[in-house]
This record gives sequence, C-alpha cells and structure tokens, in this order.
Amino acid sequence: MFSLLNELWRFLRTRKKYWLWPIVVVMLAIGGLVVLTHGSAIAPFIYTLF
Amino acid sequence: MRILGVSAFYHDSAAALLEDGRLVAAAQEERFSRRKHDARFPAHAIDYCLAEAGIGLDAVDHVVFYDKPFLKFERLLETYLAFAPRGFRSFRMSMPLWLKEKLFQKRLLREALAKHGPHVDWDGRLLFSEHHLSHAASAFYASPFDEAAVLTMDGVGEWATTSVARGSGSSLEMQREIHFPHSLGLLYSAFTYYTGFKVNSGEYKLMGLAPYGEPRYRQQILDHLLDLKPDGTFRLDQDYFDYCTGLTMTNERFDALFGGPARKPDERLTQKHMDLAASVQAVLEEAVLRLTRSLAEETGSRNLCLAGGVALNCVANGKILRDGRFDRVWIQPAAGDAGGAVGAALAAWHLHLGKPRESPGGRDAMRGAYLGPAFSDEEIAARLGRCGARFTRLGEEGLLARSAADLAAGKALGWFQGRMEFGPRALGARSILGDPRSPTMQKTLNLRIKYRESFRPFAPAVLREDVADWFELDCDSPYMLLVADVVPGRRRAMTPQEQALFGIDKLNVPRSEIPAVTHVDYSARVQTVHRETNPRFHELIARFKAATGCPVLVNTSFNVRGEPIVCTPEDAFRCFMGSDIETLAIGDCVLSKDEQDPALKLDYKNAFEPD
Repeated sequence: MFSLLNELWRFLRTRKKYWLWPIVVVMLAIGGLVVLTHGSAIAPFIYTLF
Repeated sequence: MRILGVSAFYHDSAAALLEDGRLVAAAQEERFSRRKHDARFPAHAIDYCLAEAGIGLDAVDHVVFYDKPFLKFERLLETYLAFAPRGFRSFRMSMPLWLKEKLFQKRLLREALAKHGPHVDWDGRLLFSEHHLSHAASAFYASPFDEAAVLTMDGVGEWATTSVARGSGSSLEMQREIHFPHSLGLLYSAFTYYTGFKVNSGEYKLMGLAPYGEPRYRQQILDHLLDLKPDGTFRLDQDYFDYCTGLTMTNERFDALFGGPARKPDERLTQKHMDLAASVQAVLEEAVLRLTRSLAEETGSRNLCLAGGVALNCVANGKILRDGRFDRVWIQPAAGDAGGAVGAALAAWHLHLGKPRESPGGRDAMRGAYLGPAFSDEEIAARLGRCGARFTRLGEEGLLARSAADLAAGKALGWFQGRMEFGPRALGARSILGDPRSPTMQKTLNLRIKYRESFRPFAPAVLREDVADWFELDCDSPYMLLVADVVPGRRRAMTPQEQALFGIDKLNVPRSEIPAVTHVDYSARVQTVHRETNPRFHELIARFKAATGCPVLVNTSFNVRGEPIVCTPEDAFRCFMGSDIETLAIGDCVLSKDEQDPALKLDYKNAFEPD
C-alpha cells in the first residue's frame, strides 16, 4: 500500500494536481471502508469506463 | 530487440510482438480462451506470440501496457467530484474494483509476467503508453505512409476520447484532444444501449440497422445532445446521459426526448429503432467529416490514418474517402482496444527508444492482418482425426477445385487456412464463405449458420483487380473497413411496390447481381483480396470467377453468434458440427457434413451468450 501511495504522490506531482492529494487520501479511506463492508470486486457497469 | 505490447483489463485483451520494429505476431485473448471480448490478462496470447518467435519471455526487452491506469483513476475521481453528490452509488460500486485490482495494475502485470519469465526483473522493462497514443501509433506506424494526419476516436481512454496527431517518419506528435465526457464513441454507444443492443459489441448492429431507417431524429440529436462546431469539435449535453454517474448510458430526459424508454434486448425492433440508428449514424458521419475536413485544411497532408473503436464504423470511413479531402485513408484493422497492443509496442520502439522508421514504401506493416497462429497440414489432419472427423486430403489443387465447385453450387463453406487474423474481422483465414449471387444466402447464413438477427448484412470479398467493376471503389480495402456502393450497372431496379416497402421488409428484395452482400441502400462493406497477402484465398475467388463470372464471395467470420472466431482446427470442427455449414476446407483437408458421424453433431444455437 505504501508503494502505491508513493507512486500516486509522484503521479500527482508530475501532473501538478496537488489539490487531488487530500481527496485521493480521503477517497481511498472511504473506498477502503466500502471494500471492508462489502467484499466482492465486480465490475458494475455496462460500459467499462472504470 | 523484442517488444511485447499488451492490452488488457477493460475489453478485448491482446498481445503483439515486435522484433527489431517488425510485427511478427499478434492475437486476441478471446480466440484462445473462447470467451468473447475477454478482458483478462492475455496469458494465452502472450504464450502464442512467444512461441511464434521461438523465444521465452526473458528474451523480451520491454513489455508495454497500452494505457495508464493512474490517469484513468484521476479521470474517475475528477468526474465523481464534478458530479457529486450524484454518482455515489456508482462510486461505491466502482471503488472496490479499483482498490482491489485496478490501482495495482503494475503489480498485477509484474506478477502475471513473472509466471511467464520468473527470473526477470520487470521493473525496468515494464512501460506504459497512453491509450490514444497507442491508437495513434497503431494507425500511423503500421500504415503505408511516410507522413500522415492521424485521427483517433473511441469511447474513452484515460481522458481523451478524440485525438489528432501528426506523423512523419519516426515522429508522432499528439496535437489536440477532446476529453471525457464528450465522446462520439459514447454517443454512439448511448444509442446502441437505447435501441436494445449490447454496448461495446452491438455498435456494428446499429450501423447495420441504419440503412433500414430514415434520419428523422438527426436534428433533435444536434439540437439537444451534441453541440457540433464547424471544425468538428463537439460537446455532449450531460443532462441526457447517465454514464458519468449512473449505471446506464442514458437517463429519463433522454427517454423523454425520444418518446419512451430504452428497448429491451428481447423486444421487437420497430421502424423507430431503425430511424434512431439512421439518425445517430448521420450525426456521427457529419461530426467525423467536419473533423477530417478541418484536419486536412490544417495539416495539408493528403494521407489520413484512423484508429480507435469509432474507426470501425466503415460507413463513416467510406464517406471520408469519398469526401476527397484526403487521397489515401488507412485504417488500422484492429482499430479497437486489441490494436492498442500493437500501437503500444510501436510507440515504445519509435518514441521511447528513438528507433528510426524505414519508409514503408506504400505497404502497411500489418501483413494482411494474418498475424495469428497457423497449423501445418499434418497437424490439422492429426487434430481432426482426434476429433473423430471424417475428411479427405486433397492437396492444393484438389482443395481449390472442390471448394470453388461447392461455392458455385450454393453451399456454405468453412474456410480455415493459414495464420489467423488479428482484429475483429475475418479476412479469408477463418471465414465462412458463400455465393453472393444467391438471393437466399443472406437469410440462410444469418438464421441457419450464424444464428443471428436476420437484418444483418454480409460483406463481399472481391479480387482487388476486379473491385472497380463491381463497387464504386478503386483503392485497396484489405481490412473490410470501407463501405462503397455496388456500381449502378449491377444494381436491380425496384418495382414501385418494392420501393414502397419499409424497414426489414426491404430485406428480401434482391437489389443487385450480388444480393447476399448488397445492403438495402446498395452499399457493401468491401474487402479487396490481394495475391501478395493471401494467395490461396485469392486463387479460390479466381476459380469461383472462372466458374461463374463473379469475382466476389460472401465472407463472414467463422463463428456463430456470441462465439469468438475459431482459432484451432478443433474450434473449426465444433463450429462446423454445430451449424449448417456444408463443407469445411481446412488446410488441405476437406470435410462434408453428410459424411460426418451424426453422433458428433452439436447444438451451437444456444451454446453462447448472444452478443
């Protein structure tokens, strides 16, 4: 996970989108909770946007 | 130096191998896994590419993934933020997938590659290309042009949905992009969804349905959905779409605009659906033509390269060619995401490694798209024997004579020869062939052999040297990606009663000397067959011409509805035994249906999930 955060940070720095960093962290936290409370990772969508 | 391109994890996974800049093998995973549009890591396709080159993965210098997952994640987050709090349900459903898998794609790739080459440090060898750069590279570097304007259009990559680039020698400069959520591909997919077809596979059906309708909703689309500028740039009014935040393509406002909810897949197709298809097709063509016209003006180039899923819309491609702004138009045969594997590898070779590009000398690098597995005659005979097939080995001469005679007698022929095609089209290596002069052939092939909707048209394969005698086209179209009309002299005049018919009733009226491949608007999706790239197929058509005077065959993919195109002799035999194909010509072996063991017959009609 730390290497992922590190890569994400480097990515945002390259893209000069520092403002996304707190959002990424919060979203990862919320997303992490969603994962913990739900479970299966099933593609939800008719078009694979994600 | 060897570079392996990989596309995976969204749809149509594929692998492609370059040796010193030359494309030696490419294949889609679905052909091996037998799962249509398979999105999983293309382990089998990679194995095949390596086997074709006779190497292990440790001999590969770089593996290049065709897009950038973090950029996609960025787009996802910014989209959710822009629409918040709408879209929470979609966010809640997509996050687990990202947090468990997609954010870790680099690790997933490293782990998957480690299974093929356990002693390789992949960190320095694993590269990532951008989605539209991969498309543009697959279009330009593989093209027969020294310089060209490049246009790529699809649903969405990371951010880009449409991009313009300029290629010259080994340089490829991305110049401009239109970003998500404004997308011609997604507009077309929205209508695919609304007319009851599957998004990502039903777009062909919508295009095939369009000639049955009238573009009555064209202005409505332009007034409400698409703000189309004179230079072809555009914006979609998101008030009518649901794909940014919801779980469908369109919403209630879209339903209200077109007078009702989306058609369910099992509901009857009506004139309204045909009119919708005609309307969105007309709008797409207008947008694409405006884009190509402004591109021609801006670049001054006479050559155009196209890729991305929208470039598979061969009706629009034909209009670009006839528009005359470009003298030559070349479309990557694997224009969808599978071709991204080829483009990613080519981008790494020329852009990352800075390798020069030799002048293509007017020949493209796709080698007829025959880049997949081949089987020797001995291997085919052995494999068929193990299946319990009864066959005769005829040799080249006997095979061609028998196949041409069966075609002239109106039989449906399974044709399995040489290396499998790369891309969505069967081009005479894994094809079902028929006599285009037969007025019943389209119906027979659709209903008894392919088990698919009766309205769907078939494509003609015509000798390159004869194309202008039969179609309003006088250039190469080896990949079946250009639509042209049957020449007026070969059309059949309609009676007033026939002219008064509407919709699918038009289907049963023969329109030309080759009714099986003539659509209701006299158009045909032409494949020109060249002796240089497929000599055996060329010779077969030449023999058919000698027997009948007609240098054209019906050419459709060797599969039934929902099944990936056959890859191996076993796949071909199963499909042969599960459908009404009457003769199978496979390598130098010929099989007749009436000589086969009836106990080996299969029920293929319901064997695959409809696409």
